[in-house]
Amino acid sequence: MTTKTRVPALGAEGWFAPDAELPHLLGLRCTTCGTYVFPKAGHGCPNPACLGIDFDEVELSRTGTIWSYTNACYQPPPPFVLPGESHEPFCIAAVHLAEEGLVIMGTVVAGVTVDDLSVGQEVELVVDVLFSDDDTDHLIWKWRPTNAIGGDA
Amino acid sequence: MATTANSGHDVAVLGVGMHPWGKWGRNFVEYGVTAARDALRDAGIPWTDVDFVSGADTMRNGYPGYVSGATFAQALGWTGARVASSYAACASGVTALEAARTRILAGLCDVALVVGADTTPKGFLAPNAGDRPTDPDWLRFRLIGATNPTYFALAARRRMDLHGATSTDFAKVKVKNATNGLANPNARFQKAVTVEDVLASPMVADPLHLLEICATSDGGAAIVLTSMDYAARHPGSAGSPVRVSAVSTVTPTYPNTIIDLPDIATDSTAVVAVGERSFKASIAQAAYEEAGIGPEDLSVAEVYDLSTALELDWYEDIGLCKAGEAERLLNDGDTQLGGRIPVNPSGGLACFGEAVPAQAIAQICEITWQLRGQATGRQVERATAGITANQGLFGHGSAVLLTR
Repeated sequence: MTTKTRVPALGAEGWFAPDAELPHLLGLRCTTCGTYVFPKAGHGCPNPACLGIDFDEVELSRTGTIWSYTNACYQPPPPFVLPGESHEPFCIAAVHLAEEGLVIMGTVVAGVTVDDLSVGQEVELVVDVLFSDDDTDHLIWKWRPTNAIGGDA
Repeated sequence: MATTANSGHDVAVLGVGMHPWGKWGRNFVEYGVTAARDALRDAGIPWTDVDFVSGADTMRNGYPGYVSGATFAQALGWTGARVASSYAACASGVTALEAARTRILAGLCDVALVVGADTTPKGFLAPNAGDRPTDPDWLRFRLIGATNPTYFALAARRRMDLHGATSTDFAKVKVKNATNGLANPNARFQKAVTVEDVLASPMVADPLHLLEICATSDGGAAIVLTSMDYAARHPGSAGSPVRVSAVSTVTPTYPNTIIDLPDIATDSTAVVAVGERSFKASIAQAAYEEAGIGPEDLSVAEVYDLSTALELDWYEDIGLCKAGEAERLLNDGDTQLGGRIPVNPSGGLACFGEAVPAQAIAQICEITWQLRGQATGRQVERATAGITANQGLFGHGSAVLLTR
């Protein structure tokens, strides 16, 4: 079996380091006021009271707490790409990162159901395959409960 | 008659009209023209007297949908009227209304026609085709598989966690609205449902079931808006017309901390503290401030029940009760017909399904009929003031206060 090329999914390039041992999302921090931005945007600081236009790239906290969660019982429409032969319901969590004051959505790793999740629960960031084609794994960040027994990303 | 502190900014609603909601599969222009002719007939104003045509755009019907004002004007027959076309996602109808209102208040026109109509595809609303990796609406589907119901469900689960709401509470919203819709000839779904029916329908996005999420529909709605001076002179408007007393189309304030369609992250609270009001609450608050009245003055409300749980959020966001009290308001019957403050007497999106550019206009049509006493079978007694509230995408939302 040949090894597939691992690349961040289209649109998420530069949003995380795909091969870091302990993966982080990569966000921006305004060098003037210190606020955080994710996903990255090149429009200057979003704080209306700040005139800053320069940012440092920063690693965001790799653990957070679930702000809310749900699941996708039906296959989403394109541009979603079905990762396997048939749709398997998956969970989606919106996760609060305390230091950055951000809530960031992501898919929850396979094998976790809504019955395994609760608001306030701790999760950590992992990098996982969004979908694969012939020679490429398209990678994305996902959330995994820190007490998880399911999920093998 | 409701008295507002700032009535110098009022304009008159002289006519309203709708094409019934459904899944008709015909050209959206047909629905818009039917609604427009209905509204003109209701106002007793000939099309040729309209100074300004304000269209609410649809993104799903090709170029004519992007220039809807001109599309409807051509279909009604070119008259040389001024024109505008507005897009603001679910708030498009009110953005079109606001263009008309401000033009009237500026003294630049007397009679405006506001029209929105849509033909929608089956299933989840999805982005237009083609790879657009810088478009948040494309990214949320591609990277996360986040559909519109995903966001509705995040809000619903949050409500359960914060306020102890139950699936039965949510289902009761659908039961109420389905009951109201039985008497509305423009509603697509005119069928009573029980709590058991709702909870037995397939789970779409936990905790929301199929019957708790609004469908997408075809439909059209239109309003004839005039200056108060024109209305006073107009022979067809004997008595006092319904007035638009305030229009709010405010944007969020930084940091917006409630995750909103189509974003995949919120603003940061690391530097700027969370404000006093959420975005949705600020939409209604701006309307109250503009009109100089408050939620205690309302007789009726039409709110955007994209899901059952979102209707409960709106009770709090438009000031009918404090945070966490919406379930009690619902369970006490306050928001049903005959209650203290009926919400969605039309049947709401639960009975209509969403026809995006027409929906915010349809809310105003319903409040107008309520304030005129013409909402047969679903009439709120002695209604003198009503609010509409709606949230779009990308920081668009709207509220309109109507009085008589």
